[in-house]
Amino acid sequence: MELAPVFSWLYDLLLSVGLGITLADIVSLVGIAVIVFGFLCVAALFLVWWERKVSAHIQQRYGPMMTGWHGVLQTIADAVKLLQKEDITPNAVDRRVFFWAPVVTFVCAFAAYVVIPFGDGLIVSDLNIGILYIIAITTFTIISLLMAGWGSNNKYALLGGMRSAAQAVSYEVPLTLAVLGTVLVAGSMSMNEIVISQQGSTFFGLLPRWNIFFQPLGFVIYVIAATAESNRTPFDLPEAEQELVAGYNVEYSGMKFAMFFLAEFINLFTVSAIATTVFLGGWNGPLLPSWMWFLCKTLFMVFVLMLFRWTYPRLRVDQLMEFAWKVLLPLAFLNIIYVGVLAKWLNW
Amino acid sequence: MAERLRTEEMIMNMGPQHPATHGVCRLILTIDGEVINDCVPVIGYLHRAIEKICENRTYAQCIPLLDRFEYVTSMSCNWAFALAAEKLTDLEIPERAEYLRVIMAELNRIASHLLCIGVTAMDLGALTPFLYTFREREFILDLFEMTCGQRLTYNYIWVGGVSKDIPPEFIPKCREFLDIIDEKCDDYEKILTKNPIWLVRNKGIGIIPEKMVHDYAISGPSARASGVNFDIRKHDSYGVYDRFDFDVPVFFGCDCYDRYRARMAEMRQSARIIRQALDQMSDGPVRAKVTMNFKPKPGEVYSRIENSRGEMGIYLVSDGTKKPFRMRARGGSYNHLMAIPEITRGLKIADLVALFASLDIILPEIDR
Repeated sequence: MELAPVFSWLYDLLLSVGLGITLADIVSLVGIAVIVFGFLCVAALFLVWWERKVSAHIQQRYGPMMTGWHGVLQTIADAVKLLQKEDITPNAVDRRVFFWAPVVTFVCAFAAYVVIPFGDGLIVSDLNIGILYIIAITTFTIISLLMAGWGSNNKYALLGGMRSAAQAVSYEVPLTLAVLGTVLVAGSMSMNEIVISQQGSTFFGLLPRWNIFFQPLGFVIYVIAATAESNRTPFDLPEAEQELVAGYNVEYSGMKFAMFFLAEFINLFTVSAIATTVFLGGWNGPLLPSWMWFLCKTLFMVFVLMLFRWTYPRLRVDQLMEFAWKVLLPLAFLNIIYVGVLAKWLNW
Repeated sequence: MAERLRTEEMIMNMGPQHPATHGVCRLILTIDGEVINDCVPVIGYLHRAIEKICENRTYAQCIPLLDRFEYVTSMSCNWAFALAAEKLTDLEIPERAEYLRVIMAELNRIASHLLCIGVTAMDLGALTPFLYTFREREFILDLFEMTCGQRLTYNYIWVGGVSKDIPPEFIPKCREFLDIIDEKCDDYEKILTKNPIWLVRNKGIGIIPEKMVHDYAISGPSARASGVNFDIRKHDSYGVYDRFDFDVPVFFGCDCYDRYRARMAEMRQSARIIRQALDQMSDGPVRAKVTMNFKPKPGEVYSRIENSRGEMGIYLVSDGTKKPFRMRARGGSYNHLMAIPEITRGLKIADLVALFASLDIILPEIDR
């Protein structure tokens, strides 16, 4: 396995203290996994708190205020509460499917982070099919939602699962096509290569050479499709509270619910991180360290998605499909043609 | 192949506990995927036998019960009953009391419409307008609290007048509210009226043609959104409504969107009425001379007022004793709910939610 420089020193360190190659492999991999896992858990906890704060301030409330400074520890308190709750499995559920659904969601949410470049050289493994890998792995989430919907043996959950499957399959297509435009420019599917292709400046040094300035249409398509992928308003039909009570996770409680919940916020971070990497120049930026640029841009994208959620009503299921196939998909093809012309004939 | 792909209908219980049914209504839906093929409303989960209990109470004691009849616009319910009892006794109401009734009922109408619009938005997935409308509703509830000490069940409009006069700080505070409400209505319109998602979710959804309005006796803003120009305040005037200059907003879209617009327009008209009432009101007593256990003369009477969800009527039969012999109430929501099965056939589940919210159905009014 090929590791990025920042992790290979850990590997070398383990070898130098006298561990065998196999053992060093395992220990360093576990170490990396723990680091990424820890970071993402903290990020998810932070995002939950932040979402509550953003929504509260949009709605003229304070949001959580009691636990810690401006309620910053609220999510930890909630997580502890959920951990203590009885883990209820209703009698009529398909036990195996019911049990594995949150696990699959959780694992898929984390697996995407193998190829996300957090900074210059801060990448777990720079796969040469990076972007393809991410799209493939995030698609797995749909299966878990279907599992939850089917396994719960609840009609609301089933409708939620059905909706999420239909929605995710539809929006996967424009999302992939929007990303494809940037792959055309970079000439590689590796996440690092895509970031490197966006270095430098353009328009006589006025603008950074980010993909968003060349492919604004692609960016808009990506953001819309990503909102749908992460099941957020105006595309939050799978869990539409006023129609389906809670959708696919209606029967889940305690830690299993917490896993769905955390995975949702990690997915939010994932789509924002991909947007940052492929459209906003990734970790490129002056002065500040690269990882800080990455975090700032990603959190900005998260903030934009939060604004969507707390401003818009929800679409209906057939309108959602129509929008994906009749509006987004043709636009995505148009974008590809446009990028192709730019990249090939204008030699940009 | 086509035979194998045949889909099966599924029966789904929406309610009695469901976030979109605004209370405890149960809708038995027969759905094919997301499409509703049939819908059977089941009511009675909130039955409190208010009409029967009224037969064992004096007229004055009935008023607090009528608060619970439909707790979103208690003032109008109080008023409908008081109006009926006054017709039976031929009471002359002091002028100031009439004005106070108008002011309170119109404030209550604004509060109710704010609730309806906020909840409609919430049911369609936009949580934020709900909290905005509740901010203004809070203002109105503060005014009510200042007047009668209650925020939901007021027991304010009594037979023969109102329970007590308004405090001196009421009028400036009320004018302050009237100054902001038009501006706030503009704010809601900015968030919702032109919002493309709001438009596709509401325009052309839940069509109630004019014929259906007459068939099901749909009334109030829901009827006026279907092109029926009928407002009891204007066409069968009661109280002192004939002294005010106001319009009856009528729309012709027959859909959820126009019902929303009708409510929005009505709030502005209500504010207009309150402004005129505050200007015209003069000092004086607020209660006619009437004992607590008065005995009306025998007879029967039906009185109706324009409530925020339609016609609110009270039918009273008196046998000359201090208690009503029979009391029956009519609320708008019951007719609206009964029309839902016919409207929903072929719609999606999400449309049913929009329709339910746009008709502003309140369950206590149906179950009594």
